[in-house]
Amino acid sequence: MNTLLSRLKTPEGRLAVIAVLVFVLMASLSPERFLSAANLTSMAFQFPEFAILALAVTVTMLTGGIDLSVVGVSNMSAVVAALILANVAGPELAGSGAVMWLLLSMVVAIAIGAAAGLFNGALVAFIGMPPILATLGSGLIFTGIAVAITGGSAVMGFPTAAAWLGNGKVFSVPVPLILFAVLALAVAFIVRRTAFGLKLVMFGANPLAARFAAVDVNRLLLKVYMLSGALAAISGLLVMSRANSAKADYGSSYLLLSILIAVLGGVNPYGGYGKVVGVVLAVLSMQFLSSGLNMLQVSNFARELIWGVLLIFVMLVNSQQVAALFARRRMS
Amino acid sequence: MKLNLARNEVLVALVILAFCALAAASDPRFLSIPTLTDLLRNGIILGIFSVGAMLVLVSGGIDVSFTAIAAFAMYTTTTFLLEHAPGLPWPVIFAISMVLGALLGCINGVLIAVFRLPTLIVTLGTLSVFRGFLLTFVGSNMISALPPEMRNFSRLMMFRGTNADGSFFSLPWAFAALVIVVVLTWFILHRTMLGRSIFAVGGSVESARRIGIKVTRTQFFVYVYVGALAGLAGIIHASLSRLANPFDLVGLELSVIAAVVLGGARLTGGYGTLTGTLLGVALIVLVQNSLIVIGVPSTFQSITIGILILVGTGLPAWQAKRQAARSA
Repeated sequence: MNTLLSRLKTPEGRLAVIAVLVFVLMASLSPERFLSAANLTSMAFQFPEFAILALAVTVTMLTGGIDLSVVGVSNMSAVVAALILANVAGPELAGSGAVMWLLLSMVVAIAIGAAAGLFNGALVAFIGMPPILATLGSGLIFTGIAVAITGGSAVMGFPTAAAWLGNGKVFSVPVPLILFAVLALAVAFIVRRTAFGLKLVMFGANPLAARFAAVDVNRLLLKVYMLSGALAAISGLLVMSRANSAKADYGSSYLLLSILIAVLGGVNPYGGYGKVVGVVLAVLSMQFLSSGLNMLQVSNFARELIWGVLLIFVMLVNSQQVAALFARRRMS
Repeated sequence: MKLNLARNEVLVALVILAFCALAAASDPRFLSIPTLTDLLRNGIILGIFSVGAMLVLVSGGIDVSFTAIAAFAMYTTTTFLLEHAPGLPWPVIFAISMVLGALLGCINGVLIAVFRLPTLIVTLGTLSVFRGFLLTFVGSNMISALPPEMRNFSRLMMFRGTNADGSFFSLPWAFAALVIVVVLTWFILHRTMLGRSIFAVGGSVESARRIGIKVTRTQFFVYVYVGALAGLAGIIHASLSRLANPFDLVGLELSVIAAVVLGGARLTGGYGTLTGTLLGVALIVLVQNSLIVIGVPSTFQSITIGILILVGTGLPAWQAKRQAARSA
């Protein structure tokens, strides 16, 4: 009981309570629709694309940086994959040929994402640019490249096999959900169980101390941003498959959303603290909230308002100032 | 005089000159008064925003919510006036919009100065709060029938003229608003204790506190001032485009921050100049409007701005890093 109480005092604990509360609230407001199998599966198809972007932002935030280029990277990789699928493979292709091209386009997209991340990492590590500016500039460039190679229009006409990634099911579990679960576990494993993860968090907590502890900081930063770029590319592939097209300006609202989820998940934007569990809980709360609001026919704009309020509320609750305020009151 | 290439102002000025030379070489009509008035007119809104954003950067923070504040103040003022007092003179309209902007700025100020939350995340949050509130509760329809005084304001011209080919050119008095904002901000930054405090807080919060500067009050002022400037920019934008569009302006914040950092303001705080900021604005406006003149298709606009940001901020960062390595 004591451990349960102390768990509630961590950001993740509070978040778990919020997630459950939102779920119960939405379920009690419109039980027959919110709890329906159709709604639950549609939620499982919707959230993985921005949840994976949130993972990408999370890993960079752990180092005290940020990646504002995730949406640019994801669109650029998706556009290239889409061009391969539409022009080289062609919409009529079926069978094993289509699967092969799908795999190839995925590999190319992820490689491009990683290369874009490498570029970001080099700007941060070797040039010494602040991550906000480096990724702000590079994000514009990546979006610009996607605009330039498509002329700003959508790329479509894929083999039907391409739809499987975003719309398929394995044993009645949506493929995007499986993909997200695998990636979340992988990121959690990297952060918690590998030397790389330890150095990552160490660097985020105190860059100077990490340098003095002989951590190869440049190498670390390159790897972190590569990981972020590759994750962003996977999210781009999901968007491409679900929309059955790719375009330079898809998902532009996802940048705010993914940062919001990372912060909501208790990741410290100054670096050094963050758990994947928190991010997963934050994603779930956001998805419960937004699909519940959808059922209550609340507009998209109100959803944006509620997301913003939620973000600021959680930041206030987690801030030391507010904690100190309550502590003082209890003492007196 | 030795040209100091490490200074962003010099670098940006050289790029602007090169751009103009290239543009003039490919189209001699580029160097003309109509081009200049077009660029100045297009720089008004971006310029006012940038001065505000620069101030925030100097104080050691970053603000991305000002475009949402501008849209909120502009649209709410317009709808309120149309319902209750359509006949108010334009200075009053502008004042209302600025007060609204300042009030929204207060929200940022409280969260950042009092609760010490990270500025980027807070303003990302308030961006969506302001925008969501505006579109949900105030309205989401464009209004083209503006109060008559706003239309009258947009017709006030500093000067107008006719080209050889018979087309008109003019510069609206709205440009004076940018000049006033620049002069006022220069005065605050360089002639008042408040300005010194803003630089000091941006340089080091802890040192500022120890020499007796009221950090909370200074930071609070910065966000309120930026809010008021955003309210002003918003209402001028609506007047000049003769349309109150609640979806407008948001999305401009990246161009604004690009202009400011190109001008040399540092993200780490404590440094930034008005000259640099205005040069940065000029460069961004040039790229956004005249890229086609030097033969670059407009689809390359965002690549160009991205490269400018990376070069403009990367070069000083790299020099600083090399210097640090040499002295270590």
